[in-house]
Amino acid sequence: MNATLEIQSLSRRFGNTAALDAVSLSIPAGQMVGIIGRSGAGKSTLLRMINRMAEPDAGRIVWGGQQVTALRGQALRDWRTGCAMIFQQFNLVQRLDVLTNVMIGRLNRRRGIAARITALLGRFPDEDRALALSALERFDLLPTALQRAETLSGGQQQRVAICRALLQQPHTILADEPIASLDPRNARTVMEALRTVNRRDDITVVVNLHHLDAAREFCGRIIGMQAGRVVFDGTPEQLTEAAAERIYGAPTTRPAHGSEPTEDAILAARWAVA
Amino acid sequence: MSAALRAAEAAFHERRRRRQASALLGGAVLLACFLAAARLAEFHPDTLLAGLPRIGEYFLRIAPELRWDSLLSASEMEGSLAFWFYRLDRWSLLLLETAQMAALATLLGAAAALPLSFASARNLGAPLARFLARRFLEAGRTVPEIVFALILIWAFGVGALPGILAIALHTAGALGRLFADAIENVPMRPWEGVRAAGGTWAEACRYAVLPAAAPDLLSHAILRFEVNIRSASVIGFVGAGGIGEELYQVISFNHYEEVSAIVLLIILAVIACDLLSERLRRRVIGA
Repeated sequence: MNATLEIQSLSRRFGNTAALDAVSLSIPAGQMVGIIGRSGAGKSTLLRMINRMAEPDAGRIVWGGQQVTALRGQALRDWRTGCAMIFQQFNLVQRLDVLTNVMIGRLNRRRGIAARITALLGRFPDEDRALALSALERFDLLPTALQRAETLSGGQQQRVAICRALLQQPHTILADEPIASLDPRNARTVMEALRTVNRRDDITVVVNLHHLDAAREFCGRIIGMQAGRVVFDGTPEQLTEAAAERIYGAPTTRPAHGSEPTEDAILAARWAVA
Repeated sequence: MSAALRAAEAAFHERRRRRQASALLGGAVLLACFLAAARLAEFHPDTLLAGLPRIGEYFLRIAPELRWDSLLSASEMEGSLAFWFYRLDRWSLLLLETAQMAALATLLGAAAALPLSFASARNLGAPLARFLARRFLEAGRTVPEIVFALILIWAFGVGALPGILAIALHTAGALGRLFADAIENVPMRPWEGVRAAGGTWAEACRYAVLPAAAPDLLSHAILRFEVNIRSASVIGFVGAGGIGEELYQVISFNHYEEVSAIVLLIILAVIACDLLSERLRRRVIGA
């Protein structure tokens, strides 16, 4: 189903600070959207709200005539399966093997009490295993299938997480800082994997990024957030130096000689090496 | 030294003084509680001192008379090992029954504890289920096994079955609490991963929590098995089967040498199970 994701004036307060302040966005199917901004700009909260891992104080999310923010029970689980989540820390089960980690993406496809019980016993149908293995093969992870997730490098673990997301056969992938814990080379592989998924599998990708260079390179649309508001929404070409300065609230070029480098500047340098 | 540094240094000393003061106060309260408890419980030092030698006396009395020259002789010869353990065949059977009672009770108790511990873990939501599960576990572990055994013997009659059920109930309560603590220490990121993929609460428990908690759960269950061997030995005192009945008889009839023989057998059984269980645990964790 190719529906547009409509976010309508979502707000959320944590104490006195507004994590999200009346955010409205429209994300048509098939886009690769990068959301950029400083830490605490509300990027993570927004993404988690779309997957319903966080709840808004006000506003709503609509997708294909469905009011996402009102879903409960099985309908909510189906929604979550449809918009797969990728996390900064991968969120794999460290002591389980890679194959089982990937097949977790199939859990919600089981219908009926018998199927649910076999799932609790740790058994998956042959089709699920076949799907998982071919996903792993696609991202060069097949040799690791029977290893525990904890034995893999960060870049490998994030690609396993992408495989898990793909097994959900989602319409959208939400990636929350997927490369913030990776070295430049692995960060690039993961971003390329997300791009492939977007182009070849026709999955909408919404990705939070700490730094704008990665967004510029990989995303067709960039959304800039600051203090819970959307302050930029456009193509990479439209994201001028002045626009970036509005998002980050400070010049994003290298800091003047003698001053402390900001976290963003360090990340920028790291990305440039890649 | 700058003013800011001096202020930081002063703040450090202030904090240290405060910590020392609260440690002193805490110690004083603890000491007062201890003294009050000792007085109420009639824990008098003079009674303690007067009675201490008598403990040794009892041990001397139950110690077997062994003679070097006849140590390995047949059971008719006084001073031989065989004379000391003259009823080894019967005791071995009783001990086996006791170990089986303990094993069954541990299995039943752990099986009941597992779902209850998921329900009562603070980090997995479900407030109403948590309240109910916690109260049930508390009831299970607060009531002594022997009380459960007396109630169940009234219902099922004398024998091993009420003993097993009594120990299983207590085990469920004790293990459920330990399991819940282990579950609360599990990293929560995988939980988010499974839930975000559309998994149910039970599936998240199975896939995100259980693999991470399994080694701890197994350790607790195995330790509980050892504790239950002891419990199964004692519970026989009230007629709930196993070696306990025999131990109770030889203690009440002052068959001193037999007391030491049976106690030694129980200790040996616990040591054997300790050695085996350690091996089992390593295998499971390594797998």
